[in-house]
Amino acid sequence: MAHIPDSSWLEAKLTGARPRAVAALLRYFRDLDLAEEAYQEACLRALKTWPKNGPPRDCASWLIMVGRNVALDHVRKRSKLTPLSLEDALPEPDDAEPEIAARLDAIDYRDDILRLLFICCHPELPATQQIALALRIVSGLTVKQIAHAFLVNERAMEQRITRAKARIAQANVPFESPTPDEHSERFDAVAAMIYLVFNEGYTDAHPKSERAGFCGEAIRLARLLLRMFPAEPEMMGLLALMLLQHSRRDARFDDSGAPILLDDQDRTRWDQRAIAEALAMLDKAMRHRRPGPYQIQAAIAAMHARAPRPEETDWAGIEQLYAALERHTPSPVITLNRAVAVSKLHGAQAALDLIEPLVEPLEGYFYFHGLRGALLERLARHAEAREAFGRAIALANTPAEAMHIRQHLDRLQSAEKSL
Amino acid sequence: MLYTLLCYNDEAVTTAWTAEEDAAVMARLDGVHRKWASRFKPMIRLMPTSAATTLRKKEKLVLDGPYAETKEQLLGFYVVDVPSLEDALTIARELAEANPGGAYEIRPIMLYIPDGSAVEHGPHT
Repeated sequence: MAHIPDSSWLEAKLTGARPRAVAALLRYFRDLDLAEEAYQEACLRALKTWPKNGPPRDCASWLIMVGRNVALDHVRKRSKLTPLSLEDALPEPDDAEPEIAARLDAIDYRDDILRLLFICCHPELPATQQIALALRIVSGLTVKQIAHAFLVNERAMEQRITRAKARIAQANVPFESPTPDEHSERFDAVAAMIYLVFNEGYTDAHPKSERAGFCGEAIRLARLLLRMFPAEPEMMGLLALMLLQHSRRDARFDDSGAPILLDDQDRTRWDQRAIAEALAMLDKAMRHRRPGPYQIQAAIAAMHARAPRPEETDWAGIEQLYAALERHTPSPVITLNRAVAVSKLHGAQAALDLIEPLVEPLEGYFYFHGLRGALLERLARHAEAREAFGRAIALANTPAEAMHIRQHLDRLQSAEKSL
Repeated sequence: MLYTLLCYNDEAVTTAWTAEEDAAVMARLDGVHRKWASRFKPMIRLMPTSAATTLRKKEKLVLDGPYAETKEQLLGFYVVDVPSLEDALTIARELAEANPGGAYEIRPIMLYIPDGSAVEHGPHT
């Protein structure tokens, strides 16, 4: 008999089994609400019986079977109460049974999970709704937790999720196994959605904030997908990228909650375990010789992770990788990032020449004006630098960003005074 | 007699642990490690199977992911210290030449403690 030390252990079992169970129930019921309801019912039964009897060998299968039976029972009862209204919606329960068994026997969990995630990233849903839906349905966070993280009240979040679900119900997601083309399209969309979840936790979120947990969720989802589809180099790249960014979580903020720039971080506080795993993933991905944006970004992050001190950073390597990324997905923001490497390699003037043509596309971009100001400052073009910093402050997304630029301005002022 | 204790668990569960839960498990294990410190030889925690690569000896084929077949049994293992996955595969290929049949799963190590004396007087993990 299994000894269960505490209920958090049981919870971890349920959390671990959730994506597979909900995904399979969705395939069976073809209705998100019904699938969730069935899963919840199964969890309630698990909480009653597992502590007594010990958990089953295969928790997900147990939850799928129990959830399916409980929900079928409900449907039967409901159909007895309102026999007419359900005629079209559901087949006769007795007729349905063999079909269900067949569906469960021929289970292809891989497609189930991919479909479940794919549903959450429907292109008509705005990013925040995709994230909320994935966290609710796949990760199983409560509406309260999600609302809290997004700083909205619970009812507003409930409505948002309900609306998103309604939109999906209309969208008619195909339940047949995807063709290779559809598969890669789904995979790309899912990878982008997972990175959205990660970034929602990463961007300006203090490690102690509610949203910081999103990073761990995104990493868990990427690992889950890699267990199902082990030979996808871009998913390896995405996992490596997230692990590398996440490895700096304890070094990214000072005690007051202000962000610390990469060069100023205490590198002994980087999570070496996460870095080691990321480097191993990247090593695996490279063997495929099918580079993509996530792999390249991960390789760039790895360059920083490998440098014990900022001075030892391989800026030439980073510049080459950004150039590769530009060729792959041309974007002024990537050029801007390459300019940082160029400034380290060839000086401020070379970097400034590179970013001057970006004025138009990046007019409203905080980092553009911040970097431009810093480069002008280094070239002692103080008046222009001050103007660029002024623009940056106006565009700052957080008080911390504005504060950082103000420090530049202060330094500029004291430099002028000392002249 | 030397024995190995091979650790099995559901990865979907262990990777769902929070950092705190993970640390709590490791702290409980650490208590046992200390108690039997003089008995422990290398102690190893592997990275998740998503980090694994498998060399099928017969086809000389390298595949992503862990070795998932149940026909064969685990008969032994090596720990090698090399700069990259490619180097580990080179060694595995030579071993495969010497001993055909089955497969090698190459899995990076997350935590390596050479023997019990390293935990006996060391700081609590």
